[in-house]
Amino acid sequence: MATAREIKRRIRAVKNIAQVTRALQLVASSKMRRTQERMLAARPYADELRRVLNKLARASAGGDDESNAWGGEESSDADLSLLEERPVRTLGIVLVTPDRGLAGALSSNLTRRALQFVQEQRADRSNANLPVQFLAVGRRGRDFIVRNRLPLLAEFVNLGDIPHAGDVRAIARVISDAYLSGDVDAWYLIYPRFVSSLVQTPTPIQLLPVQPPEAGEEEEDQHIDYIFEPDAGTIYANLLPRYLETMIYQPLLETVASFYAAQFVAMKNATDNASDLADDLNLTYNKARQAAITTQILEVVAGAGAL
Amino acid sequence: MANGLTLQVQVVTTTGLIYEGEADEVVAPGSEGQLGILPRHAPLMTMLKVGALHIKHNGGEETLFVGGGFMEVSNNQVIVLADDAERAADIDEARAEEARRRAEEALATAASDVDRAALEGQIERALGRLRVAEIQRHRRPRRELPSQG
Repeated sequence: MATAREIKRRIRAVKNIAQVTRALQLVASSKMRRTQERMLAARPYADELRRVLNKLARASAGGDDESNAWGGEESSDADLSLLEERPVRTLGIVLVTPDRGLAGALSSNLTRRALQFVQEQRADRSNANLPVQFLAVGRRGRDFIVRNRLPLLAEFVNLGDIPHAGDVRAIARVISDAYLSGDVDAWYLIYPRFVSSLVQTPTPIQLLPVQPPEAGEEEEDQHIDYIFEPDAGTIYANLLPRYLETMIYQPLLETVASFYAAQFVAMKNATDNASDLADDLNLTYNKARQAAITTQILEVVAGAGAL
Repeated sequence: MANGLTLQVQVVTTTGLIYEGEADEVVAPGSEGQLGILPRHAPLMTMLKVGALHIKHNGGEETLFVGGGFMEVSNNQVIVLADDAERAADIDEARAEEARRRAEEALATAASDVDRAALEGQIERALGRLRVAEIQRHRRPRRELPSQG
């Protein structure tokens, strides 16, 4: 059995670790709450935008029979190229990960899902060698891509807890440029969807070509004749890039929330384990101390008997 | 309004709901010109420019800065999806002034057209903020009046 002094040193080490993990746990729990609020605050905008795009898409579809809903003459020069589907020769993946670790398996689940997703896409398109370009948002994903020598088109790291509108716009610009120039024919984004504090699921969504939002579930079917200024096509074309931005912004917010939730859970487990371990070691220490005392008494008694 | 009909106004940005309330009249900076919206307005969708959004209710008036965006009017509901929005009272003039100065400096050395366009957008928004803050300052503080009829 280890000596009492060695055990004492281990107890101190374990308690130090527990202190660090407890501090991280507290920080994560308060940030988790704030980032979740931010995530919810962004929802109304995304919901409204989706609803409006849906209406606009239908206004354009109905444009044949009733007076051209796209405005006076022809469908103007509205730029709807972000909607254009074409054969996929190169696949683009935006991999959104946290910047830091100590969050359990969050990052490795994401990178694993990303590779699996690439395999799925290759199988779907029956092209085992379909080239893939990655765009990394977050240091963890970037490091993974670099380590595995995967093609990295661009990286955005250290975006912080509050994703900036400018960063989102920059990401949107890089991917739409690559799409419009024909370098990448379809963009997907993989991020840790925030299901609950305990569950974060790596989830792929399609960014480009933009998938017009699904036809509304409720309320729909009442057709309203809108006045459009300047015209429906222009509005639609103007809203598409904004829709793309919200489809990037929302996952970024969820990634931050997911990160703190995962870190909170991981650190709570670590703290609990550390205090269990400290208790065990304490018991061992007491036993070792008692054994030492007993030996000493025996020695004294034996010594006294020898006299 | 005499007939008791009012507009339900919502101003939303990606960071959240900026304004929600009733109004008798909304004046918005439409892309094709200033727009006045009264109750029973025909359904309308329009893009918005950078400018001031005035929301009038019970003789009081609330002014917001909007940094461009989109507006939908239907069924006496006015929904503004703003790229950027702030209540006039919340505008930090010093910060807007600083943002304008910095953007102007960067513009002098901007290399690409895309950067230049982005910086010009920033300057426009900063100026818009300052203008809205000025409107706010010159108005007597009577926005909170309860009811006048």
